[in-house]
Amino acid sequence: MSILVIAEHDNAEIKGATLNTIAAAKAIGDDIHLLVAGANCAAASEAAAKIEGVSKVLVADNAAYEHQLAENVAKLVADLGKDYSHILAPATTTGKNMLPRAAALLDVQPISDIIAVEAADTFKRPIYAGNVIATVQSSDTIKVVTVRATAFDPVAAEGGSAAVESVTIVEDAGVSTFVGEELAASDRPELTSARVIVSGGRGMQSGENFEMLYKLADKLGAAVGASRAAVDAGFVPNDMQVGQTGKIVAPDLYIAVGISGAIQHLAGMKDSKVIVAINKDEEAPIFSVADYGLVDDLFKVIPEFETKL
Amino acid sequence: MKVLVAVKRVVDYNVKVRPKADGSDVDTANVKMSINPFCEIAVEEAVRLKEKGVVSEIVAVSMGPKQCQEQIRTALALGADRGILVETDAELQPLAVAKCLKAIVEKEEPQLVILGKQSIDGDNNQTGQMLGALTGMGQGTFASEVTVEGEKVKVTREIDGGLQTLELKLPAIVTTDLRLNEPRYASLPNIMKAKKKPLDTTTPDELGVDIAPRTKTLKVEPPAERKAGVKVESVDELVDKLKNEAKVI
Repeated sequence: MSILVIAEHDNAEIKGATLNTIAAAKAIGDDIHLLVAGANCAAASEAAAKIEGVSKVLVADNAAYEHQLAENVAKLVADLGKDYSHILAPATTTGKNMLPRAAALLDVQPISDIIAVEAADTFKRPIYAGNVIATVQSSDTIKVVTVRATAFDPVAAEGGSAAVESVTIVEDAGVSTFVGEELAASDRPELTSARVIVSGGRGMQSGENFEMLYKLADKLGAAVGASRAAVDAGFVPNDMQVGQTGKIVAPDLYIAVGISGAIQHLAGMKDSKVIVAINKDEEAPIFSVADYGLVDDLFKVIPEFETKL
Repeated sequence: MKVLVAVKRVVDYNVKVRPKADGSDVDTANVKMSINPFCEIAVEEAVRLKEKGVVSEIVAVSMGPKQCQEQIRTALALGADRGILVETDAELQPLAVAKCLKAIVEKEEPQLVILGKQSIDGDNNQTGQMLGALTGMGQGTFASEVTVEGEKVKVTREIDGGLQTLELKLPAIVTTDLRLNEPRYASLPNIMKAKKKPLDTTTPDELGVDIAPRTKTLKVEPPAERKAGVKVESVDELVDKLKNEAKVI
């Protein structure tokens, strides 16, 4: 029983969610192969070979995979995946975009966003925005699964010494082309991998007021997130959104500022180790999940908090 | 050009669902059902393309029990021209839905298929991608902007860390993210008009699709509850607790 894990990478580096996905694979079986599909991705492949628990790294290095277009990579994954019992990818936007397409090519009903491995064919996953956890058993010969990274502790990025094998299959569907990308540039850590997150909600009242949170975050080495209400109000861009339809995060410390705590937000952050809520409304639902609650005006509290760190 | 829009009947987003006492399934008895919000965005996008003169006909398709007609009528009231119901009382998993959609795509030959990126019940986020695989069409998932330019469609996608823009050859598939548009409300005259628009019914059997489920739900349960902690009185106390009790800063 071999497991194929699809690496999330940018050709230069392996992204953190890959390590959590390998952890999920280890809960299923021992023989774990990691596919790095990209272009000029030697650096990423070298890093992949060092990851703990990986026995083989498959490298598909071709211009067709440069931007990891779903149409091309799904075909490659379906070609390679026939020989595996399981195919896993992180439940990131890249994984969610590509893996169901590969599954359909293999005539498999995939299982999305698992949070626990119960058995080789049985997994737990959240449904209804995290209000319900379903235990799902697959009867397909190949199990195709995306993994919610925050639910599994990552394996070590160093210490392994996997064999590296190059894959010569080139799949170019010819129906899609990459035009461009606008990635938010920031010196702060990424939301999904940050140890500390400071998040603002509608209570921030404006985008300018988020400056206070950026200052606080920089003192803490934290990433800055937002609730859907703050994004919908136009305070901050949507890639900062934490919640069921945004980013799912589980940092060591999550500081919710002016966030009421709608179900859809809680679904995205309630697995954080320590939650702090700062809100002037003491009835706000966020306090029901917070380890430490401070009922006060955030405009007074945040500057004070920052100076006292 | 013709657009096919898929709409799903789901538990309304304002309803807080709970597992049944025996844990066999989610309790959906007597709860309000609505069109899936992402599907509503898909309908709106199709209607806007029609208003721009890019699209000439919008076909709305839904699958499931007879009551899915209600969601098709909603789509018709928003501006779709006709509806197709693939009627079945059996459980439909995303792979089966994608296969039924493929059969309809072959009959209708739309240039664009617009779907929601996921439904708010199963949260699978699979159907559009799987339809792409089965038809060979390109896919622009999690779209926040869609522009048809001649024989191509340009799709801006919401990805982790920002936005990505792709160009797809038509016919193509688009799945909608929240910020693609804000759906309109159906006006009363349009709701009345929608009742007279054509709605055809077919079945998975007639489409020649095997819908046998591939996965089985063994159990559903509420998520682990998180207990509320303590209220602190001041910033000093908060900083002290975080440093000395929780040891996270």
